[in-house]
Amino acid sequence: MSDFAVEFDNVTKKFGDNVLFEHFNFNIRKNEVVSIIGPSGSGKSTLLRILMTLESIDAGMVRVQGESLWHMQKNGAWLPADERHLRKCRGHMGMVFQHFNLFPHMTVLRNITEAPIHVLGQSKEEARANGMELLRTVGLADKADAYPSRLSGGQKQRVGIARALAMKPSILLLDEITSALDPELVDEVLEVIRKLAAEDAYTMMLVTHEMYFAREISDRVCFFDAGQIVEEGPPEQIFNAPNHERTRAFLNSFLNI
Amino acid sequence: MIEFEWNWAFAWEVLPLLLDACKITLQATLLGSVLAIVIGLLLALLRRSKWKAVGYTAYWWMEFVRSTPLLVQIYFLYYVAPEWGLNLSPMVTGVLALGMHYGAYLSEVFRSGIDGVDKGQWEASIALNLSPYRTYRDVILPQALRAMIPAAGNYIIAMFKETPQLSAITLLEMLQLAKIMGSENFRYLEPFTLVGLIYLVLSLVASTAIRQAERRFPKEGFTLS
Amino acid sequence: MPLSEIFDVLSGGALVTVQIVVMALPLATFMAFLSGLLRLSDHRSLRWTATVYVEFFRGTSALIQLYWIYFVLPFFGISIDAITAGVVALGFNIGAYGSEVVRGGLLSVDKGQTEAAIALNFSPRQRLWRIILPQALVGMMPPFGNLAIELVKATSLVSLITIADLTYRAKSLADMTLQVEEIFGLVLVFYFVMAQVLTLCIRALEKYLGKGMDRGGLT
Repeated sequence: MSDFAVEFDNVTKKFGDNVLFEHFNFNIRKNEVVSIIGPSGSGKSTLLRILMTLESIDAGMVRVQGESLWHMQKNGAWLPADERHLRKCRGHMGMVFQHFNLFPHMTVLRNITEAPIHVLGQSKEEARANGMELLRTVGLADKADAYPSRLSGGQKQRVGIARALAMKPSILLLDEITSALDPELVDEVLEVIRKLAAEDAYTMMLVTHEMYFAREISDRVCFFDAGQIVEEGPPEQIFNAPNHERTRAFLNSFLNI
Repeated sequence: MIEFEWNWAFAWEVLPLLLDACKITLQATLLGSVLAIVIGLLLALLRRSKWKAVGYTAYWWMEFVRSTPLLVQIYFLYYVAPEWGLNLSPMVTGVLALGMHYGAYLSEVFRSGIDGVDKGQWEASIALNLSPYRTYRDVILPQALRAMIPAAGNYIIAMFKETPQLSAITLLEMLQLAKIMGSENFRYLEPFTLVGLIYLVLSLVASTAIRQAERRFPKEGFTLS
Repeated sequence: MPLSEIFDVLSGGALVTVQIVVMALPLATFMAFLSGLLRLSDHRSLRWTATVYVEFFRGTSALIQLYWIYFVLPFFGISIDAITAGVVALGFNIGAYGSEVVRGGLLSVDKGQTEAAIALNFSPRQRLWRIILPQALVGMMPPFGNLAIELVKATSLVSLITIADLTYRAKSLADMTLQVEEIFGLVLVFYFVMAQVLTLCIRALEKYLGKGMDRGGLT
């Protein structure tokens, strides 16, 4: 059994003729919290989207909890993964989106219980009890019956987190979860993530522009640019003593705004 | 059960007659479109009137005409006009009914097209002291037209496809002719199928033409003078 | 003929018209969803079949379709009564227009909704029925309302294949009594009222389906 929760093995990803990355190798250990930082448009989010099966890969192998994601073995031969295989793999992961993507036609509680009931097969009572418990964790128990359109951005994102957690994933993928928020609402969302990171029960992969936050909660920070990891290491090293000129330039651009 | 197969000889016999009757269909469509455009513009302008009562009346007229069947409107004109001392031919009755019916639809297209023009254009026209006529002709309509073409074109195609209803007041257009040929020969298959195919071809050609017109419509430098 | 008697005769016709609407509307809805969904299918043959259906019924005229079904099908040994012919022709015709509404409605739902549904591991079928369709339905309601009115109007065509609907009775009465202004005026009002009632129903449905959603007309 692999020690890694996530493995990118020689992965190539293209959009048309545009090569996003080639021969990309990257691993995340179990229960490690990893932040990916880097310029916009460098394809950081694509890494998360490949894991969540929202984007396919063009070459190489991706493994999630030791299991190949985009390929399956049948009678000794490797075949492209079918929907059933993908659904099995997705069960390991939960994703929180930049734009929340809450279901607008469902109440907050139903947003959280819909998938546990219909995908995991939980009973309604069980799912509701779990859902209320999660809402209490993110501080929104009083909003259970509200529709998402009535919530602030920060509240929406906390529901987004609770919704992902309800599926009991072992890996959490957080895709710029504070980018769409007004500055004063960022903290309430980060507070929730801070608590989750402290539990040490999840493998977490964050794509973020919140440098201070990345520094605070990550075990490892990776600077991703032009299709490769330019530099990675413990947060102190990356933020205090970056080796690479590009990393330094990028971090400086953040300090200057 | 009667053995029934497509009879080419009969089909070839009725086709020229149908194509001849198609001229009547096209004539009704063309005249109906012209009338519909005039009525549509008029209604659109009335709905923008300063007097609320006028705008309201125009709105409910449009709503009423659009939510009642064309066929009943055709009958209404056909039966009621003589009572009012107007003896109209089936063609004239048909064109009037089509024009009034689709004028109501087109008024909505024109209205939203005109509303779609930036408010600043009206203000600039007032600032330049243009008359209302000049404002519409030189400033507003040229800009609104591009957005109106596809929607208006689709309604005219819809009108074309409703012309068979004029057979109900004995206008000898394609469907009426097909029905007569069918009942005389006890063979409805060929005439009705051919009429359907002629409509299919013509409406596909027309919708392609509209798409082309929309694409080729000049983005800049278009005027009505 | 006294006006009240005319009113009674026409009311009977209106009932027939309503019956045809009540039968054709579910058929049209079914055809609209079936073909609208098939046109988004991954299988090319299914997409093609649906496209041919839509183009064919939209490209030819409703009255011709009605005549074809009523006059031509019996020669192929398919005996069909006038009511069935009317319901089938109108249902298929309006359904073809509805197909475009369904397709457009489904495509208008934000892509993020599908992505969230994938991330929550819903099956493709669950994604469609639980996440995408309920949201798409709200936006489909106004154009569906217009199509429902088009259907009511189109039922007048069945008078031409001898069904004693509102239009048919109006014409017979007009031929008989020559009180043409009252008769046709009344008939127009009948149709207008039906259309308005239908519009109100659809608005209520839209509001119900859009509960909680920003676009559902909630303030």
